[in-house]
Amino acid sequence: MIKIKGVLPNTRSFFLLAPLLGMGILLPGISAAQVDTAKANQLQEVKITEYKNSRVNLSPTPVQILIGSELKRLNSLSVADAVRYFAGVQLKDYGGVGGLKTINVRSMGSNHTAVFYDGVQLGNAQNGQVDLGKLSLDNLEEIAVYVGQKPELLLPAKGFAAASALYLKTAQPVFSSGKKYGLGASFKTGSFGLINPNISFKQKISNKIAFVLDAGYLESNGKYKFRYKELAYDTTIIRNNSDVKSARVEATFFGSLADSSKWSLKLYNYNSARGLPGAIVSNRFTFTQRQWDDNSFVQASYQNKKSARYNFLLNTKYAYSFMRYLDPEFKQQNSFLDNRYTETEWYISAAHLYKIAKIWELSLATDYSLQKLDANLYNFAYPSRNTGLVVLASALNLNRLSLQGNILATLITEQVKNGEQSANRQEYTPSLMASWQPFQTKDFRVRSFFKSIFRMPTFNDLYYTFIGNTRLKPEYTSQYDLGFTYGHTSNGKRLAYLSVQADAYYNLVKDKIVAIPGNNLGRWTMVNLDRVQIKGFETNIQTVWDLAAQLKLKASANYTFEKAIDISATAFRYGDQIPYIPVHSGSARFGIDYKNLMFNYSYIYTGERYSQKANIAANYVKPWYTHDLTLGANFVYQQTRFFFNAEINNVFNQYYDVVLNYPMPGRNYRFTLSANF
Amino acid sequence: MKHQLQQVFKRTGLLLLTALAFACRKDTPVDEDSEQGAKTPSVTVKGLYVLNEGNWGSNKSSLDYYNYEDGKYTRNIFGAANPAVTLGLGDVGNDIKIYGAKMYVVVNGSNKVEILNAGNAKQVAKLDINNPRYVTFYKNFAYITSYDGYVAVVDTTALSTIKTKITVGNQPEEMAVVGNKLYVANSGGYNYPNYDRTVSVIDLTTNTETKKIDVAINLHHLKADKYGDIYVTSRGDYGTVASSLYVIDSQTDAVKKNFNIPVSDFWINEDDAYLFSYSYATSKSTYVKLNVKDETVASNNFIADGVEASITLPYGIAVDPTSGDIFVTDARDYVTPGTIYCFDKAGKKKFTFTTGDIPAHIAFLLK
Repeated sequence: MIKIKGVLPNTRSFFLLAPLLGMGILLPGISAAQVDTAKANQLQEVKITEYKNSRVNLSPTPVQILIGSELKRLNSLSVADAVRYFAGVQLKDYGGVGGLKTINVRSMGSNHTAVFYDGVQLGNAQNGQVDLGKLSLDNLEEIAVYVGQKPELLLPAKGFAAASALYLKTAQPVFSSGKKYGLGASFKTGSFGLINPNISFKQKISNKIAFVLDAGYLESNGKYKFRYKELAYDTTIIRNNSDVKSARVEATFFGSLADSSKWSLKLYNYNSARGLPGAIVSNRFTFTQRQWDDNSFVQASYQNKKSARYNFLLNTKYAYSFMRYLDPEFKQQNSFLDNRYTETEWYISAAHLYKIAKIWELSLATDYSLQKLDANLYNFAYPSRNTGLVVLASALNLNRLSLQGNILATLITEQVKNGEQSANRQEYTPSLMASWQPFQTKDFRVRSFFKSIFRMPTFNDLYYTFIGNTRLKPEYTSQYDLGFTYGHTSNGKRLAYLSVQADAYYNLVKDKIVAIPGNNLGRWTMVNLDRVQIKGFETNIQTVWDLAAQLKLKASANYTFEKAIDISATAFRYGDQIPYIPVHSGSARFGIDYKNLMFNYSYIYTGERYSQKANIAANYVKPWYTHDLTLGANFVYQQTRFFFNAEINNVFNQYYDVVLNYPMPGRNYRFTLSANF
Repeated sequence: MKHQLQQVFKRTGLLLLTALAFACRKDTPVDEDSEQGAKTPSVTVKGLYVLNEGNWGSNKSSLDYYNYEDGKYTRNIFGAANPAVTLGLGDVGNDIKIYGAKMYVVVNGSNKVEILNAGNAKQVAKLDINNPRYVTFYKNFAYITSYDGYVAVVDTTALSTIKTKITVGNQPEEMAVVGNKLYVANSGGYNYPNYDRTVSVIDLTTNTETKKIDVAINLHHLKADKYGDIYVTSRGDYGTVASSLYVIDSQTDAVKKNFNIPVSDFWINEDDAYLFSYSYATSKSTYVKLNVKDETVASNNFIADGVEASITLPYGIAVDPTSGDIFVTDARDYVTPGTIYCFDKAGKKKFTFTTGDIPAHIAFLLK
């Protein structure tokens, strides 16, 4: 069943790693050390499960969390791969290691999810989207997706300013007793010519200051086979121009002061060169477009517990991103199309939390950001945007009922050097959340939230030469959610952990920004035209089974039902499901931990969709579903902890498109070896 | 313990089986998609083909056929006629013409020209050409413009290869032949704001460009009338410079008239030229009729019954050579199926059909 040809390059890399793996397993002294690690892991596991459970269970807004140990076994290379396992989330994936990957929560659109990296938002004023394929999982300790917002009070105002949020948290340095430094290294290889080494170094500079350096390199030739088989044709093609090379360096200082306040300072750089694999259309399977990215930021955070009543959080950031796009097929008089964009952002945020009484908290957060975009485009607007956010929030925590509400004021002014500028904006938006424990047991809670928020038109929407429309209004979303959570941990019982979350929701997207035919043939322009109504139901079940002393089984599943229909007054197809949103989707995971071995199976299903507004045969996109397998082993050799992991992804070699004409890889392999010194 | 494990494995097995049960996908539906409409028998015309562009990158260009005899309008006929052509007709069909027994479909995004049997749309040959735009004919040669700045010459008896390439201006568009001269509109669309502003004149006996006529920026459509005049449209710069229509005298190769009216596309039938234009600024369209004999405006609205109000975005036009029936296509919002309207010579609506996405180009199949 397995194609020999496809396996060959990977077997080679496997043999490279095999001696390392063998060494670990054959060592006689291993078992004792192994049991200790297993015990420690188990304890850790319980702690983590409880911690996760309390967060998920108490949250008035739906939250789904993946923690480090889960991420390791998830058949995932980047954050993009991991978010596919969340309910209510669609990943728009253009395929391959280097293809654009963006998240869409509850069908409101990718621009409505804010991505936070260690508490500070990753901004993109140009197109409002964050490519999750560029974010490595290697140094992440936790990924959490919140519908609505994170239900906390001490947050930057930006934490209140999006319809949904993805929080990425990097690993904090922990030192084993007596050690002043630590070193971790990993190496991944596999299909598509993947070479992905990572190194992480941590150092205790003093009792109060620690330093972490994390660096990774990724290279992939991006070549994979895909097959189109319809009517009387059956064509297999190799994806071209999908290569990518990227490097990431991240340095973070963590500190604490005498008054128990904490601070951190992070420097980040991501650099990449890649091909842009285009849409596979009849007679055209090769592409030559290239893209280069250089993203850097420095961010600092300071948190102070002045007293039992008053907390203070300060965040600041400067970000620089450069993007170059080259199209050799777009022949100009003496050159090719060669666009360069530079975006900068200054950001500062201050948040205060004050406990008025034991049950009553009040917070005030103020953010300011300045974003600028430069481009070498003819007649470019060179826009800059000042954003001021002020949020007043309050929470009431009664015995069985918690309530949280906030009002957010957004003030925006823009300046341009050419042409018309967008009008100043002043918007006020509320959120209200509640979580209620109706019975004696703490395991079951009913929750609900309402949130009204908008996304600003991006610089591309407003100012892109010919297409942009400076008269655009913000795109508003309203969300209503009602659900329940049940979470029960019973140590010593066979079913050690059971968690069920289920939510029904209703969303309305108003003044949705869409492209319509422009002022001449073949040109488009942006307008606030569409209205989308989304009615959905999602559920998420997680279980952990303690079957024997060292045998643990984890099984989880989620399912989403969603009717997202076009209810625009101008719709030619009123009531049709909007493009790329399946009515049914879901995933399932199943894992076994036995002693130092782990096995994982995961399944993702995305139902039938339409690639265009009209729900007709010509726009039908088939369902797709993938089965992925992982086998991993932990072992210790000379006090160094090793982890080896082998993955087979898309086991049944299904050929599918997530985005029409951007084929996804068939069966593929990945091997990881990591070590912690 | 053993029993418990069995239980677990049973459940696991069940889970896996359920998952696998999904593992058969139905093929994309390919039922014939047709609509019964009015019969319009004609002594000279069998029917007409509509080429739908589809959105860039969507690979949804499609070919529809309206049979005059039985009144049946059939959508998306290419796949059924050519099931072995990988991924079908392709991406953004930009021109369709019938010459002799063959039909030439220029598919811009797919870098090809499909040469089909005009009677049944079955593939005769495929020509690979980079960024092709329009096709025209002279004797036994087909001429195809490429945005790479040339006109490809193809022998109609050896259709899969380009015989020669004639260098013209930047991003050449539509062409027409008068006598043994080929006129080519150069747009220079990739060089904005430095658009091209010329019409290239090619001597078809030597296949060389003999001169360039300065007309206006960003030229697009170009057609000849039966009096030896060339009508060419300028798109303008989508800003301060408006679209317009110019007339070139092929005797002198000089511009002799500027109509000063915006034109999106047009069609000349005998003495009548039917023009339409769509203005984004006002979301309004104009439907102007010219008399090409004396070069005057014959009517400021050739649609007589107010139906133009229901046309969202006029995108293509053609006139039946015998009946004088006028066909106008509506691309609506570019992302939903369009409509083709048929008006009689007096400008009254006869019938409509639903087309594919962005119906744009029409070719009449003659008896």
